[in-house]
Amino acid sequence: MLRLSLGAKFTLGTIVAIALAFMYIPLFLVVINSFSAARLSSWPIAEFSTIWWEKAFVSEPIRAALLNSVIVGLGATVIALILGTLVAFALQRYTFFGKQTVNLLVVLPIALPGIVTGVALNNTYNQVLEPIGIEVGYFGMIIAHGTFCIVMVFNNVLARLRRINPSIEEASRDLGATPLQTFRLVTFPQFRSAFVAGAILAFALSFDEVVVTIFTAPPGVDTLPLWIMNQMARPNEASLVNVVATVVILASFIPVWVSQRLARGADERE
Amino acid sequence: MNRRAQLSALLALPMLWLIGIYIFSLVMLLVTAFWVTDPFTSKVKPGFTLRNFEQIIANPAYASTSLRTLGIALAVTVLSILISVPLGIFMAKVASPKLRAILAVAITLPLWAGYLVKILAMRITFTEEGFFNSMLGPLGISGPGFSIVTVVLTLTYLWLPYMAVPVYTAIRQLPPNLFDASSDLGAGAGFTIRTVVLPLIRPAIIAGSIFTFSLSLGDYIAAKFVGGSTQMIGSIIASNINLNPPIAAAFSLVPIAFVVIYLVSVQRTGALERM
Repeated sequence: MLRLSLGAKFTLGTIVAIALAFMYIPLFLVVINSFSAARLSSWPIAEFSTIWWEKAFVSEPIRAALLNSVIVGLGATVIALILGTLVAFALQRYTFFGKQTVNLLVVLPIALPGIVTGVALNNTYNQVLEPIGIEVGYFGMIIAHGTFCIVMVFNNVLARLRRINPSIEEASRDLGATPLQTFRLVTFPQFRSAFVAGAILAFALSFDEVVVTIFTAPPGVDTLPLWIMNQMARPNEASLVNVVATVVILASFIPVWVSQRLARGADERE
Repeated sequence: MNRRAQLSALLALPMLWLIGIYIFSLVMLLVTAFWVTDPFTSKVKPGFTLRNFEQIIANPAYASTSLRTLGIALAVTVLSILISVPLGIFMAKVASPKLRAILAVAITLPLWAGYLVKILAMRITFTEEGFFNSMLGPLGISGPGFSIVTVVLTLTYLWLPYMAVPVYTAIRQLPPNLFDASSDLGAGAGFTIRTVVLPLIRPAIIAGSIFTFSLSLGDYIAAKFVGGSTQMIGSIIASNINLNPPIAAAFSLVPIAFVVIYLVSVQRTGALERM
């Protein structure tokens, strides 16, 4: 037992309270300011109104940005699911020279600062591909997002594969199932929830990404974070941004909730 | 199919993607750092010059920005540790199981709230007529406004969960009899924390610091929106990417170098193997 004096406990409790206030008050201010009637955020709020919520719902740029975010997120998730699962199987089922290097390669796009990834891909698109007549356009953004999302699927699937009992697959083979049948009926169901969790994390990561997007989005195309950023840069209708930000905060509970349910489901099965 | 062919089949597509697109781009970035920009047309021409690197070293603004960014990243890391250790001790050793479960969710939840949303939130909190000044103004305290202090606070706000979660997990996993032994031998709480807890959770602190350090190092959006005139490495790279890509490429090697130096110096402590 760690014997703490009452004073020490009080000090610790105070630090925790300040840390929590530091985490949650700013988010609360965003939510409450989205109901302000004023154009600019301020405190205290003089007058409440839902005018900005009404404006946000009919705003064409917001809808377009949201659509772009969803398209890019889905594209990146598909790329990450395919590549991440393949690498996870390779690293879990085989021993080979350079295994650590392959692992590093998957982690690198997220370990290096986003600005390095963004500038490197921007440089390739503009200084290498464009001069030889290849315009990546919209796909440049999806390729970039897919690259740093691989690690999300990889981590989840690899962790699950490590816990799968190999004798079940052997039994399936011994009973005459083809490799494809074994995969479809025995292997995949065992890592399906990790696969889904990886997909959700990959989508969430892509949906939230700003820096890489700045450097890889084609001119005139906004994702939701880019739209928020551009609005913050010219803050004449700041309250509208607060509405979008509030929706993002609320939407962020979904992946937390789903991944907790998936984790619980996986624990119950074991 | 033999195992070698199976392995190749699994790895072909991912490696083609990661090496063909990502590593290729990183190498080209390094190569571009040696290319030349025509000062009149600002067209980039392949070539070999060390001028970009000379400019970075000779220009005092670049050197001071690099140092400032390094200082910000270190400050964010230290501040994250200073918050995470008491938080972890409180959660693991003081809080009731119920409060502990609530706090565990509470410290991970903001991780998901959206990067720009959090920067926006800090902007609203610290703006001139904002919450901070309005609450503490009557006490004669005025907030940091948009300055380097706010940048450090905002980056800490963004990356704190990366430190708080591993530190809390590490403190929870400490065997309780260590605390009994320490207190039986007459150590007070502060002494136990310094001589027993801190050395044992060092690997977790180092693991967390890799994230807080390298994520802060590459950031420039926080500086742009809550930093006033504060410039970071990323600000300079971003402002040069269209005007002078070779300079941007050369300067983007600076954060890479910082991260690599940090990782190597951390590796020498042996903490990485235990991650």
